[in-house]
Amino acid sequence: MASVTTDTPIHSNDPAPKAKISQQAIAPWLFLLPAFLFFAVYVIIPIFQSFYISAYEWNGLYSPEYRAVAGSDMTDLECTELGNRAARTEGCEPTGENVWTGEYVGFENYRNLWSDPFFWTSLKNNVIWLVLYFLAIPGGLFISLFLNQKVFGMRLYKSLFFFPFVLSQVVVGLVFSWFYLPNEGLLNEVLSWFGGPRTNILGSNDYATYGIIAAGLWPQTAYCMILYLTGLNAVDPEQIEAARLDGAKGPKMLWYVVLPQLWPATFIAIVVTVIGALRSFDLITIMTNGGPGFYNTSVLAFYMYDVALSEFGFRMGYGSAIAVILFLIMMVYIAGFLWKMWRDEKGA
Amino acid sequence: MRSIFKTSATALAAATMLSGVAYADGHGVSGPLRIFSDMSNPAPRAVMEDMVARFTAENPEVEVELVITDREAWKTQIRNVLQSGTADIVNWYAGNRMAPYVDAGLFMDISDLWEEGGLTEELASTQGSMTMDDGIWGVPYTYYQWGVYYREDIFAELGLEAPTTWEEELSNCQAIIDSGRACYTIGTKFLWTAGGWFDYLNMRTNGYDFHMALTAGEVEWTDDRVRATFENWATLIEMGAFIDDHQTYSWQEALPFMVNGEAAAYLMGNFAVAPLREAGLTDDQLGFYQFPQIDPSIEPGEDAPTDTFHIAANAENVEAAEAFLLFVASAENQTLINNGDNLGQLPVNANSGVDDDEFLNAGFEMLSNNAGGGIAQFFDRDAPAEMAQVAMQGFQQFMVDPSTLDQVLQILEQARGRIY
Repeated sequence: MASVTTDTPIHSNDPAPKAKISQQAIAPWLFLLPAFLFFAVYVIIPIFQSFYISAYEWNGLYSPEYRAVAGSDMTDLECTELGNRAARTEGCEPTGENVWTGEYVGFENYRNLWSDPFFWTSLKNNVIWLVLYFLAIPGGLFISLFLNQKVFGMRLYKSLFFFPFVLSQVVVGLVFSWFYLPNEGLLNEVLSWFGGPRTNILGSNDYATYGIIAAGLWPQTAYCMILYLTGLNAVDPEQIEAARLDGAKGPKMLWYVVLPQLWPATFIAIVVTVIGALRSFDLITIMTNGGPGFYNTSVLAFYMYDVALSEFGFRMGYGSAIAVILFLIMMVYIAGFLWKMWRDEKGA
Repeated sequence: MRSIFKTSATALAAATMLSGVAYADGHGVSGPLRIFSDMSNPAPRAVMEDMVARFTAENPEVEVELVITDREAWKTQIRNVLQSGTADIVNWYAGNRMAPYVDAGLFMDISDLWEEGGLTEELASTQGSMTMDDGIWGVPYTYYQWGVYYREDIFAELGLEAPTTWEEELSNCQAIIDSGRACYTIGTKFLWTAGGWFDYLNMRTNGYDFHMALTAGEVEWTDDRVRATFENWATLIEMGAFIDDHQTYSWQEALPFMVNGEAAAYLMGNFAVAPLREAGLTDDQLGFYQFPQIDPSIEPGEDAPTDTFHIAANAENVEAAEAFLLFVASAENQTLINNGDNLGQLPVNANSGVDDDEFLNAGFEMLSNNAGGGIAQFFDRDAPAEMAQVAMQGFQQFMVDPSTLDQVLQILEQARGRIY
């Protein structure tokens, strides 16, 4: 947890203490200002905009605004009412402004969400992602314990295990879609050695989501592994020694001595895993494009993109409503996180 | 700007009775002209750049600023470009795909350009697909036929002829399956390929007019006639006509099945010919036939998607934009850009020539003489965007598991109730 210390002691023999103090007070805010500004413009304000737009039905387009040319027998109102014909009508000219075409519908979008089967499919998949993504934490712990030995070339093995995390999600998605290919794919090749049935993982309504999650777990496990490896470096060797003298070993040693000391690493691992699960958009886009069939592998983030921003997506209001729901879900987790931070700070 | 054009146009036309093309050339347009194009694939890109070069040679006073955007990315970027007022001319598609931009008043109504430029005669065949809301909203520059591209050598080996009736189609297909191949390759990962199959089966089962009514939201998806279309489709699916695992492939990834002889045919647009040839199929191995009739009493309707140019409603240089559109649509330019060395597609101008290519000739012949039902754009251009999206997902779902038909139709009918 990085904390910025600003209270450097001010020496009493300083010639102009007052000016120093105000400088000391202003400097941190000056440094924070750009971050606050961007955070407000790109995060805070859009959150409120999403709430606002979700009460409207809007296709995402603005219409050019027209006014009457001075001296013509048209009026501004007539030009506006001409709509898409105004550009061609003498006596009307564009004002250079755009008019928002949204139409207020209140909670209609949320009511539609409630009865939208694709929304529930996406939400269900989000839950599956969240639950299964946690496998990355024990997975990462296991690999890091395994790699935490002094063997020749261990650095190389560590970096090889970490390698998938360096790859872009798009590359991971492509590699796994080739791995899953129904005819040429390695998976089916291996299955056929054991006489297993040929399966098209990504083409199946039942397995596709799990196939994508497996692809996502590959880099995520590597991430958790690296967190635990650094955590293991900080484990106190004296405590291990003491526990060993008391006869602790194996699972008991891990559970009662090592893991409690790894709690900070575990906490960060939980945080990055939840974030990783909730932002699972790119793998889905690459591997199945939300399919097969009706949004069978979609999650809320993908569904929001698809209805509002994709090639055929013109439902900004509806997309915003999904965004709001997703935000509220994340809010539960963010609130929990902030509460823990606050408790820790107070305890320290 | 607009008023200058209009008055001078009528004045010119009245005084000298110039023809449309001469009028455009003689007018002496000038100034900057900003064109946003989606012709990003190598051949179309060269065509676009060449058109700009020739247009600038004819109109040296115009400084064209050409921005070419990736074709897929353009499908969403067009919204920003039109609204920001940074473009005079943009590329788009005919049919219902224009609707959001026409409704929002972002395209300019150019009906008078069609009238005065003589386009109503020369481009008569595509006028309908550019018309909406009593206005004409753009100018087409190319179109291409859809149909069945098949392996002539496999058909010859099995002693088959290109089918013209549904019975022949089914018996052909059975023979192909018996030889250990699939009748059709298809990749439905990106959904639209299944839209092509639905278009043809529905136009052959129920006719063009019904198909248009359905895509316009006037018919229930649970209607028995729609079910009849799906039953014909199910016949093919259940006999094993399509390759396995098509939901995993893009349309390009489905090509090797045909090249390797694992599938005998492909229902596709004419743009599939180039990659098939590049993959090593000669014109002796590759043939084309019109989708066979199902109900003999129904005139065949055909898919022929049209690509277009539009003037943005907030364009700054409307005169130059109009001159460019007339230039693009002119018979001479149409003959040139659609020939086999360039786009390899069909020209939209009635006075232009079709390049001497086996498939272009077949397509031109088919669309001119054997598409009595009417010419559709394509499912995702005829139906509104939202309907197209959900319906094509349904088609894929149905192709993977035909037993889910009832559920699929229910979902589509609910979507219809919401969208139209």
